[in-house]
Order: sequence, then C-alpha cells, then structure tokens
Amino acid sequence: MNKTLNQKAWLFVIPVFVLVAFNAAIPLMTVVNYSFQETFGSNVFAWEGTRWFKEILHSERFHASLGRQVIFTFIILLIQLPLGIGIALSMPKKGWGVPVCLILMSMPLLIPWNVVGAMWNIFALPEIGFLGNSLNSIGFDYNFTQQSGDAWFTTILMDVWHWTSLVVLLSYAGLNSIQPAYYQAAEIDGASRWDIFRYIELPKMKKVLTLAILLRFMDSFMIYTEPFVLTGGGPGNATNFLSLDLVKMALGQFDLGPAAAMSLIYFLIVLLICWIFYTIMMKDEGRT
Amino acid sequence: MAKITLKNLSHSYLSQQTKDEDWALRNVNIDWKDGGAYALLGPSGCGKTTLLNIISGLLRPTKGEVLFNDRDMTALNPVERDIAQIFQFPVIYDTMTVYDNLAFPLKNRGLSETEIDTKVKEIGEMLELTSTLNNKASGLTADGKQKISLGRGLVRSDVNVIMFDEPLTVIDPHLKWVLRSKLKELHQKINRTMIYVTHDQIEALTFADEVVVMHEGQIVQTGTPVELFEKPKHTFVGHFIGSPGMNILPCAFENGQINFGGKILPNRVNTKKNNFKTTQIGIRPEFINFSKEGIEVKIKRVSDTGRHKVVDAECSGGKIKILANSSTKIPSGSAHITFDQNYTYAYGDNWIIE
Repeated sequence: MNKTLNQKAWLFVIPVFVLVAFNAAIPLMTVVNYSFQETFGSNVFAWEGTRWFKEILHSERFHASLGRQVIFTFIILLIQLPLGIGIALSMPKKGWGVPVCLILMSMPLLIPWNVVGAMWNIFALPEIGFLGNSLNSIGFDYNFTQQSGDAWFTTILMDVWHWTSLVVLLSYAGLNSIQPAYYQAAEIDGASRWDIFRYIELPKMKKVLTLAILLRFMDSFMIYTEPFVLTGGGPGNATNFLSLDLVKMALGQFDLGPAAAMSLIYFLIVLLICWIFYTIMMKDEGRT
Repeated sequence: MAKITLKNLSHSYLSQQTKDEDWALRNVNIDWKDGGAYALLGPSGCGKTTLLNIISGLLRPTKGEVLFNDRDMTALNPVERDIAQIFQFPVIYDTMTVYDNLAFPLKNRGLSETEIDTKVKEIGEMLELTSTLNNKASGLTADGKQKISLGRGLVRSDVNVIMFDEPLTVIDPHLKWVLRSKLKELHQKINRTMIYVTHDQIEALTFADEVVVMHEGQIVQTGTPVELFEKPKHTFVGHFIGSPGMNILPCAFENGQINFGGKILPNRVNTKKNNFKTTQIGIRPEFINFSKEGIEVKIKRVSDTGRHKVVDAECSGGKIKILANSSTKIPSGSAHITFDQNYTYAYGDNWIIE
C-alpha cells in the first residue's frame, strides 16, 4: 500500500496550539520566569536563583495557610462524599420525583461563586441574617466575623451547600447505570441492604466517585472567591486559605517573585496529589 | 427440589386493566414435575421474563397462585422460596474473588466455614473454575463470569428450582455449545428442576424435555420438541418453530370441506362448525412433495443451504415455501405439489381444529 504524504493536517492543529499557548503555556512560563527573579517595579529584574522557593518552603506563613487548606479540603470531602452518596441513594429512581430532585440538586451548582459568597455573608450576619440571627436567638454566641470557629463553620457549611450536589449528581448517574439484575441476584443470594451497598453499589460507583473526589479536591483546594467574599480570610488569618494568601502576596504586597514561587509549589502539590490518587484508584482497571 | 404448579396466573404492570393488551400475562396454568428440564420459548415481549420473575418471587402476580410441592408460595420473597436465578448478563460481585462470589449465598444463609469450603470447592470443580478460585472475579471473561453466576445458583443444595433467563446471550457462539452441554450435563448430575427462558428455538429444543411456547402473554402450546414441530396447536407455534416456519395460508371451510385456492383438500377434521373470523391451513415446508398432479405452483426462487433446498413458490392460495433434499431436482417454471395429509392442519382464528 502506498500512503500519500500530506502535511495539511498540521494546519488544523495550529489554532489549538495558539490557544493553548496563550491561555496556558505563556502565562505559566511567565510565572516560572518571575519565580527566579526579583523586581522593584519599572520592569527591572534581577536574577535570584532558587531563593524564593527556599524561602517559601521554610516560611511559617506558607505552612500555616497550607495547613488550613489541607484541613478545609479534608473536612469538606469527609462531609460531602458520604452526604452526597446518601442523598443519591435516597433519591427516587422513577416518577415525577426524579426531575424535581434533579432540578433542586442542580440549582446551587448554577449560582456564581461570588453570589454564593455574598448570599452566605448576608444569610449569616449575626444581627440581620436569617442563619446568624436564628442561631443567636436560640442561645448560641454566633458571630462569623469575630470568632474563627464560627468563620470556619460558616465557610464549610457554605461549601457543603454549594458543592454536595455535584457528588449527588455523579453518584446518582453511577447508581442509575446499575442493571436491575444485580439487585435481583443480590435479593436471591440473600444479601442485606449493607451488602448491596458494599458489594454492588459502591464498586459500580467507583469511577464516578473517583471523578467526584478529584473534582472536589481540586476545586476546594483552590477555593478563592467564596471565602474572599464571605470572610476575606478573617477573622485575622483564621480562614486565610492558600489562594487567598497567594493573592495577598502577589497583589497586596506586590511580591511577585515569592508569589510566583508559591504558586508553582501550589500547582505542583495539586498535580502530585491528583496523580497519586488517580493512579491508586485506577490500579485494577486495566485488567477488565 | 420441587414440583411447580402455576394456577390461573395473570399479571399486569398497570394499575388498571381495561383490555387484553394491558396484561403482560393472561391466565397461565402450568404443571411442572420435580427434576424436569423445561424451557419457556417466545419472542421478546411475550411475557416469559415476567413469568420467570413471578416464579422466582421478584414479582407478585396480579392474580393467581404459585405453588411449590402444593405449598402456596405466592406471598413469599425469593430467599424464602429457595430458588436460584441466572440472568441474561453475568452478575458477579466485582470486588470479591471467584471463591467469595460462590461462597456469598452460603454465608448469607449462615453456613459454617467448613461446609462452605466443601461446597464451593465441589462446585468449582464441576464448573472447571478450580484454577481461578482465588482470582478477582472482575478479571474473568464473559463466559467465566456467567459460570460464576451459574455456580452461585448451584452451590446451594436446598434450591427448589434453578431458572435461567436467556443466560447465553452475551456468550460467544463457539462457547455457547460448551456451556449449553455443560448445563444439560449438570441437569443430569444434580437432577433439579430447571427452567430455561429463551427466544432461541434451538436452545429451547436442545435443553428441555418439555417446551412452553408463549405468545402475547399466553401459553399457546406445551409439548415436547417433536410435538411442537409436528403438530403446532397455534399458527404462532408453526411460524416460530422451524426454519423456515410453517406455511400458513388462507382457506375457506365449505360444507365441512377445506377449499384451498379453488382446490378441495382431503379433510380429516370436523370443519362444519364455521363461525371463525379467519380460517387457514398450515403445512410445514418439510411435508410438501413435488408430484405429477396436485396443486399447481410457480417456482420463484431456489436457495441451496447445503443440506437442503428452500424453494419459494406461488400458487393460487398464496406464497408457499417448500423444503426439498439437496439431491432433489427442482422443476423450473411451474410444477405440481401435494401436501402430506398427516401433517396438514386446519386453523380457525389461529387455533388448531381437531
């Protein structure tokens, strides 16, 4: 067989290259460039080598915000996954309840981040907000602008409200793809409700749950807009998560070099955790 | 092990039924002997899976009773009925090993470790799964997985009946033969009542001692493979069984005689009673012979299948198929045929007249 040589296909790939270059490669390389240099404005740069990376890795400020970030992500995953799976399991499988539930579930996902932040800010205000006022009137000393525990509580509650639906919808899709024969066979085998969940539903949901965990991990680890509008990182530094801290450093203090180094470290942490998690979860998939 | 009796079973998936079509099953009566091999045969949507699920207890019938050994089981769930069912797609527990899959129904019934071990090893041996017992079940091929589903049914010694719902659908053709003979062999070995649902006539006829043919929610005929072939009681059975199916052609009953396209056929049955909407004769292509005189036909097409020839012909009564030995010389153009009287039947409103 004689294949004719035709290089025209490259033309079709060029737009993608250009697009990726402008929205990913070039900005990333600019950040890499900053991370090795010091600038005092007016476009004057001086080479600093790996100084910023060393500083960030040894900085207590970075450790603190990374710690807060890890705890926050861990808590919301711990709440959202079981809660999401639970809601998906109790949603109706047919009838008019299905569209009603699906619409109710998608609503929080459709609201822009800053609106969610603003909504919860007003909702939780101790004097006039419905949540804040109610909590205070039943005897809790609740004030998310003053007390760090309350600020954490409110931020986590907001994230759970905003994003649990994503886990619900993914789990529901996974559950719906299970053939009825599995449930019938389990019934005949005498399996308990827990067995059905443990040996049928959970294994069949593995792929969608992997996706849900990855998405929720990445989004929550990089959360910015909602806490920025709700607490602004406060009170003090109580809810000062990684991306909030990064923006303060880059735009507040205009420390471009350290901020660039920090964002690269940040990026590598996210990438590394995702890769490790995905590799572990997909270890057995190749054989089937 | 049990004898199974179905009494006046009807089932509808609707809450209200006004016409015949609202019923998925209509007035089904069956008596199955203990230890027999039975097949439910019919096209998709004829109600055979519904009937199976009613026997297994996954569905409650709208009307009627299910009896095992004359004991009413209608209100019991599948576990209480002690049945096993194998589904169209292999159902396995992905995260368990083959061994744990086979042991699962026994564990749920509270058997001791040693009892479970003996039973699982015995069944593993029988199904030739011994070498893979410790592998993860999800890594097996489709037929291996279906063997596990089968094994989970066989592993319990107390099952009343083992039911198969088109179990070979996802199996490669060359393995179908292997698994089917395995099933037959198992039936002889363990001697339990087995019910096999399929739309494939060859599977049904080779597996079962008695085949129940279903059509639109009703049983149209029950019989041995030979009976179904030689004497279809309903035109549907004639069509559905055999390849090509029976020739069903319109005719008229006149003064107790059958008038087929202007020709009076010799008549063995009483066709005096004549208040049918449709009247037809049925003759299998196998029982038509070429002859010097008889019904005149025009030969349209001859297809040679190797073992025999299928002749498409046309006569004044309609289109007709004839099956001839591959050595037979087929006349071209026009010819005469005769029907074997012993296998020519008259049908009134699709049911045989006897």
